[in-house]
Amino acid sequence: MQSPGGLISGRFHYAAGSLLSVTHLSVADVSAILEETSRIAALEISERAAMLRGRTIALLFYESSTRTRTSFELAAKLLGATTTLVSDKSSSIEKGESLKDTGLTLRALGAECIILRHFHSGAAFVLARETGLPVLNAGDGMHEHPSQALLDLRTMLTRLHGTSAARRVSERSLEGVTVTITGDILHSRVARSNAMLLPRLGARVILCGPEPLLPEDAHGLGAGIEIDRDFDHALTQSQVVMMLRIQKERLAGLELDLGDYIARFQLNAGRLAAQAPKALVMHPGPMIRGLEISDEVADGPQSATEEQVANGLAIRQALLVRAMGGMR
Amino acid sequence: MSDLLIVNGHLVDPANRIDAPHDVLVREGRVAAVDRPAAFEGVEAAETIDASGLVVAPGLIDVHVHLREPGQTYKETIATGTAAAAAGGFTSVVAMPNTVPVNDSVAKLKWMLDPARGAGVKLFAMPAATIGSMGIELTDFEALHRAGAVGFTDDGKPVLEDHVMRAALVAAARAGVPVSQHAEDTRLTGGCSMNAGPMAFRLGLRGMPVEAEARIVERDLRLLREIERAEGLRPHLHVQHVSTARAIDLIREAKREGLHVTCEIAPHHFALTEATVGDYDTHAKMNPPLRAEEDRARMVEALVDGTADCIATDHAPHAAFEKRQEFERAPNGITGLETALGVTMRTLHREQGLSLSRIVELMSAAPATIASLAGRGAVGVGHYADLVLFNAAEEWVFDAESSRSKSRNTPFDGAPMLGKVRATISEGRVVYRSFEAALT
Ligand SMILES: [Zn+2]
Repeated sequence: MQSPGGLISGRFHYAAGSLLSVTHLSVADVSAILEETSRIAALEISERAAMLRGRTIALLFYESSTRTRTSFELAAKLLGATTTLVSDKSSSIEKGESLKDTGLTLRALGAECIILRHFHSGAAFVLARETGLPVLNAGDGMHEHPSQALLDLRTMLTRLHGTSAARRVSERSLEGVTVTITGDILHSRVARSNAMLLPRLGARVILCGPEPLLPEDAHGLGAGIEIDRDFDHALTQSQVVMMLRIQKERLAGLELDLGDYIARFQLNAGRLAAQAPKALVMHPGPMIRGLEISDEVADGPQSATEEQVANGLAIRQALLVRAMGGMR
Repeated sequence: MSDLLIVNGHLVDPANRIDAPHDVLVREGRVAAVDRPAAFEGVEAAETIDASGLVVAPGLIDVHVHLREPGQTYKETIATGTAAAAAGGFTSVVAMPNTVPVNDSVAKLKWMLDPARGAGVKLFAMPAATIGSMGIELTDFEALHRAGAVGFTDDGKPVLEDHVMRAALVAAARAGVPVSQHAEDTRLTGGCSMNAGPMAFRLGLRGMPVEAEARIVERDLRLLREIERAEGLRPHLHVQHVSTARAIDLIREAKREGLHVTCEIAPHHFALTEATVGDYDTHAKMNPPLRAEEDRARMVEALVDGTADCIATDHAPHAAFEKRQEFERAPNGITGLETALGVTMRTLHREQGLSLSRIVELMSAAPATIASLAGRGAVGVGHYADLVLFNAAEEWVFDAESSRSKSRNTPFDGAPMLGKVRATISEGRVVYRSFEAALT
C-alpha cells in the first residue's frame, strides 16, 4: 500500500503527501504548498468542487477540536470529497482498539487519506507507518500542528508583504522579520511547528514565557531559537507577535500564578501601543480573552485572527490535494 | 574418555590471568584440565572442537534479563529466552522477578528454576525484594536465598521507601547477596517516556530527568553508610542499568570511600543516544531511557576506567503489536542477548581499544562475582564447563528476523556487529554452534 515516492526516515517509510511534521518539508515543498493554495483559491467554486470528487477522506479525532476539525472538513467538502468523521465524541472509536487497527479499518472502508488529531505526540507517525496512507497531522499531543504553521506563514506573508508575496517562499522570505511566540510554549504544538518552520524562511523567532511554560530545553527546536522572558523587551523587536492559550488541562503539577502571568505576559492595548504599535497580532485560538490577550487587542486592527481562520481553510485544501496526489 | 576437547583456541580467562593459546579438556560438565596447545594430544574425547582463530572464554553471564515466564509467554519463555542467550554466547542468565505473577515466593522461584521450564543455559533468579514488588513488605530473603536466590530486586521499579530499602539491604547482607536496584525516583518520572532535554522537548514528550536516577543512587549509598555504621554489616548494593554521568560519578566516589557497591551498564546505554528515538521509534524506548551523547560517552569512560563493574543487557522482549503503537503507550524495553557481544566488541574493543580480557571480565568474570555464581565466570579446573567460542575479528550484521527470542524489539536490527559467536557450551554441552563459516 505504499505510494511511489514518499519519505523515508530512519527505518520507516511514509506515503507521499503525508504531512506529519514541518521538518519533513523542504523550503521548496513549503513554496509549492503555498503556490497550490493560491491556485486553488483563484478557482471557480465548481472547478474546485471537481478536484477531489469521488474521493474519500477520513477524519480521525481522538481529541475534540471544533476549529481544526471544521476547517479540514470544510476544506475536503469544498474540493468535492466525501468525508467520514470518527471521533471519541461520537464514541465510534472502539474502546481499546489500537490506533493501527482503527487506521486499517478506515483504509478497508476506502479512506484514501486520514486526518488525525490525537493526544499522544507522534501518533500521526504511527498511523502513517501502519496504514501506508497519506496522513495529515492535525495535532499530535504536545508535538506539532503543521497545517497551523503553514496557515500562520501565509497570514504573515500576506499581511507583511502582500498577497502576491504569499504565493511562494525562499530561505529569505521572512528576512528581517522577528516573530515572538508568547505563552504556554511547553504544551503547544502550534509553537513547535512555527518555531521549527519560520526560521528556515529567514525569520528570527523569540519564545517568551515563564520558566514552567518555557523550559530552556526549548532551544532544542532549533539552533537559532531565542528565549526572552521579558515580554516587553521581546515586543519592541517584533514585527509579529503570536499569543498562545494557557492549556489548563495540561498544567497538572505546574504551579502558575495567573495574576502574575497576566501582569507579565498578557498582550493588552497599553502594552501593544507602547512596545509594538505596528506589530501583527496572531492567535491560533481558542483565545481566552482577559488572560493571554485582552478584548481590544483580539478585536483590534493589528489582529489577524480572522485571516488565520480563512487561511486555514485555504491551506488545508492544498494539503488535501497534495495528499491525494493531485498537486501540480 | 573425556566429553569434549577444545583445541587450537586462544583462551581469554581474566580471572586466571590467562590470555594465550590454550586447550581445554571437559569431563562430566566440568573443566578437567587447561593446558598449552597440543598438551592433550592422544587424549580421547567424544568430541573435539577445532577453535582455530577463535577466542575461548568463560561463557558470558547476564545478571539482568526478563524472560517473561510465567504470565507473558507470548513475549518470551524461559526456553526461548535462554536459546537467545545461548546464541549470544551467554551460559548463565539471571531472571528478573517482574513476571506475572511476580516472583516473590519460594514456590514461584522453584517453579521458575525447575528443569521442566526448559532453560537451555544455566538459569538463576533474583526474586522480588518486596511482596508483589509493591515496595511495602519484604519477601522472605532467608528462605528465598536457601532456594537459590542470587540477589533481590523489584526491577521495573525502584524500592522507593527509605525504610524498606534499608531493611532490604540489611536482610540481603545477612544472606550474603546484593540488593539490585532499579534506580529511578518515580516521583520525578510520571508520564515520561524518554530522556529529558531538548530532544524530548522537540518531540513533545515528557522527559525523565537524569536526577531521577542519581537521587535514588545517592539515597541508597547513604543507606549503605548508615547500615555499616549502625549494624556492623556490609551490605552490597548493585545498581542496575546505570545511564547517567551523575549516577556513575556517585558510584565512583562511593567505591573510593570503600562502600560495597557494584553496577552494570547496558550495551544500548554505551552504544546509543536519545537521537535513536528519531521519529518516535519505540525500539528506542526503554527505562532508563537512552540519554544524551555526554552521558553515553561517560558510560564508555566508566567501562574503560573500571568504575562500571559489568555489562548486563536488560533483555526485555515485547510482542510486535505492543511496540507498534503510540510512543507513550508502548512498553519499555528491548531485546539484547544476541547483540550484547557484537555491540560491546564494536564499541569498546574496536573503537575504544578495550582489551579482550577486560571485555570478558565485564561480561563474565565480574557478573559471576557480583551474583556469587560459584564455579562460573572462569575457566579453572573443577569449574563448570561454561564456555563461549567466538571469532573476535569477524564482522557481521544482526538480523532481528533470525533471532532465537520470541520477540524482535531491538534497535540493532541491521546494525554492524563485531565478534561472532561460533559455539556456546553450557556445563559441557554444546548449546549453540555455527561452525560452517568458521571451518571453511
Ligand atoms: Zn530496570
